[in-house]
Amino acid sequence: MANVRPKADVVIVGLGWAGSLMAEELTRAGLNVVALERGVWQDTATDFPPAVDTDELRWDARRGNLLPPSVTAVTFRNTSDEKALPTRDWSCFEFGWNTGGAGMHWAGMAWRFTPFDFTPYSTAVKRYGKKQFVDGLIVQDWGITYDELEPFYDRFERIAGVSGTAGNIKGQIQPKGNPFEGPRSRDYPLKALERTLLTDLFDQGASSLGYHPFAIPAGHTSAAYVNPLGVHMGPCTYCGYCLYYGCGNWSKASPNACVLPVVMKRDNFTLITQATVQRANLAEDGKTATGVTYIDEKGTQWEQPADIVVFSAFQMQNVRLLLLSKIGKPYNHATGEGVVGRGYCFQTVSGADLHFENENLNQFIGAGALGSQIDDFNGDNYDHTGLGFIGGAGLLVVQRGARPIGDGDHLPPGTPRWGSQWKAAWQHAFQNATFIFGQGTSYSHKDVYLDLDPEYKDSWGQPLIRMTFDYNENDRRSAQYLEDKAVGIGKAMGAKVVIGTNSAKAKFTPYDFASDHTIGGAVMGEDPKTSVLNKYQQVWDCPNVFVSGASSFPNNAGYNPTATIGALTLWTAKAIIEQYMKSPGPLVQAS
Amino acid sequence: MAGIAAYGVVATSGAAVITSKTVHGTQVSQDGLPLPSTVRKGGLAYLTPQEARTIGAVFDRLIPADALSIGASEAGCVEFLDSQLAGDFGKGTSTYRGGPFEQGTAQQGPQFRQTPAQRYRMGLIGLDAYAAKQHGKPLADLDAEQQDGVITDLEAGKVAIEGTDSKAFFELMLKNAREGFFSDPMYGGNKGMAGWKMLGFPGARYDYRDQIGKKGQKLNLIPISMVDHSA
Repeated sequence: MANVRPKADVVIVGLGWAGSLMAEELTRAGLNVVALERGVWQDTATDFPPAVDTDELRWDARRGNLLPPSVTAVTFRNTSDEKALPTRDWSCFEFGWNTGGAGMHWAGMAWRFTPFDFTPYSTAVKRYGKKQFVDGLIVQDWGITYDELEPFYDRFERIAGVSGTAGNIKGQIQPKGNPFEGPRSRDYPLKALERTLLTDLFDQGASSLGYHPFAIPAGHTSAAYVNPLGVHMGPCTYCGYCLYYGCGNWSKASPNACVLPVVMKRDNFTLITQATVQRANLAEDGKTATGVTYIDEKGTQWEQPADIVVFSAFQMQNVRLLLLSKIGKPYNHATGEGVVGRGYCFQTVSGADLHFENENLNQFIGAGALGSQIDDFNGDNYDHTGLGFIGGAGLLVVQRGARPIGDGDHLPPGTPRWGSQWKAAWQHAFQNATFIFGQGTSYSHKDVYLDLDPEYKDSWGQPLIRMTFDYNENDRRSAQYLEDKAVGIGKAMGAKVVIGTNSAKAKFTPYDFASDHTIGGAVMGEDPKTSVLNKYQQVWDCPNVFVSGASSFPNNAGYNPTATIGALTLWTAKAIIEQYMKSPGPLVQAS
Repeated sequence: MAGIAAYGVVATSGAAVITSKTVHGTQVSQDGLPLPSTVRKGGLAYLTPQEARTIGAVFDRLIPADALSIGASEAGCVEFLDSQLAGDFGKGTSTYRGGPFEQGTAQQGPQFRQTPAQRYRMGLIGLDAYAAKQHGKPLADLDAEQQDGVITDLEAGKVAIEGTDSKAFFELMLKNAREGFFSDPMYGGNKGMAGWKMLGFPGARYDYRDQIGKKGQKLNLIPISMVDHSA
């Protein structure tokens, strides 16, 4: 190949949360790191200052910060006997594009998963027996426990500047926190965000039913803050422009605000933007990556050699990069063999639409994670005996800002969608309509998977990722159960109209915007036959390739994935520095 | 480099690489200030005068003038749409346009070959033909009740349109009318912030620390916009 760059110790593909945190750790350890980012450079002062943020049309309706389908789409079908077709328009696949990735436009909910979420198989079998798993469900342990990951959650919360109220410090239950959370070593770095009428109504309604409401941990700084990397963040102003937006106040946690300003100053870090990685290259042994091939902004192909390759693109793109690189054995739906693309899952969403009669909810004041939640029905926090499913959901309200364009259909059933009656209804709903969101667990199934599309290509001529997915019986049962709970809370809150919602009642479609938390496909685990990665997110078959992101999760929890992505990345970085660099090779021997 | 051109993925010609900034445009000055709108003052960038007239008639039934606010066309929603159709949105710059084009299941979503701008062109032809067949006149010349009847039929999927379908065209127009009525006035609609005033939305404010403690109160905040477009 004609264009070969100087060899790096590590090449990082994708500079979202995972890539940025990995770069920070590895450069601080003295490694020479080159990061390749498909999008352009973006920073707070230049690209999303307050003067341009307050623009629902540009950032929300037109998705100005997201990866457009024109650059890389996903093809989709519900079942393997259908032909997959591209999602041509904006859908629930909300992939990051530029520096900061999806960590730049996320809402900011900074959750830890529960201890159960890392050991769903062994915990559920012990408590209920295997009969609890519906036919075809894929449930497996991660190979890592909550306790192992705890110090890295703590580190992530410090870097991001998370605002919250601890519920369990070293086994001691704390007032006003989440009593169901795993034990944490210490409190959040910042106190929880302000409360609002909406969160008060939820807290009162949930408490009246005997549940345990608490403030959602938020990646928005409730006060001025300096993170452990020395980055200064400003107090959140509750402007309500978080989800889909950059933060002009240095208040919302993002790689751009919290990590990249430090990493960019280091001499042993190089960032190449507008570099689209096509694949990792393998040595003749088929077990060692020699680096990656990418295309620069002029369309020229380059090779970046490196001793270690880290894939830290968005979840689906990580799976796609493995398949394009021919790393790991692709999942074969017919035989059930193979691992890359297996273990895919999404998020099971249920909840309730609420319409009050005469309130001033003032939801234009808000933040992406300003809300309250109960975890009484999340994970394995309640007895599932006789329910016929595992998992659950966090049930929450969130006051994330108003959407005059986007929420014009959030009206009581039967309301006209246009004309004077619609105008009057939308005016009333603007101050009175809200919802309970049940962000649920999800487990994979043998019939859902990712592979390369045989026909549709991206703008560089490479196959698109193909998604074969529909909800399974575990999803349907858990979603119905949680819908009923959400309706109960909505009524207890005093809403005049309460309508249960449940995505799993219908076939899945990418145009249901209930959740964008697409998960798995290159999962970590204990057995190379059922996982791509070992517990250090290291590829079993190719030990100098590490993959970090939600692609590693064998199942989804009833939460947002970001903090777990961050914690796993920091955990993996430590393993690379302290173990792999001393003795390159597999960090876990397959038994 | 054959990549993009070979697959017909990008509607704009000549660009070998598309980036965030080429797709969405940078509307911020070197001082970090939003640049004034590119909405034309007078004249149309994409729509023909007849198309603009039909759009105005439809939009004014979707968002009519009444006691709550001025109507969509007075608020500038037709100018907003014209500007949008002449730009990235109308060209479908962000959408995946690689072939083959086949209709799939409802879950697989729209598989339109046409760009939004092209869909409007064909959709308005179909709409006026339907109005003429039903009432003997173009839609803009019908009375409000007749217009509502035609729009109701469009929403119900009863109007034949080449290259798209009736219901989808209704949804496109409804979406764009709302966008025009509720987006920042710098895009040409929401004149005088009429849409925001109707809802009680304070607009382009970035700091509510003084208000967040006033739980459940009517705040009566006067809206502000990103750029004063009233001049």
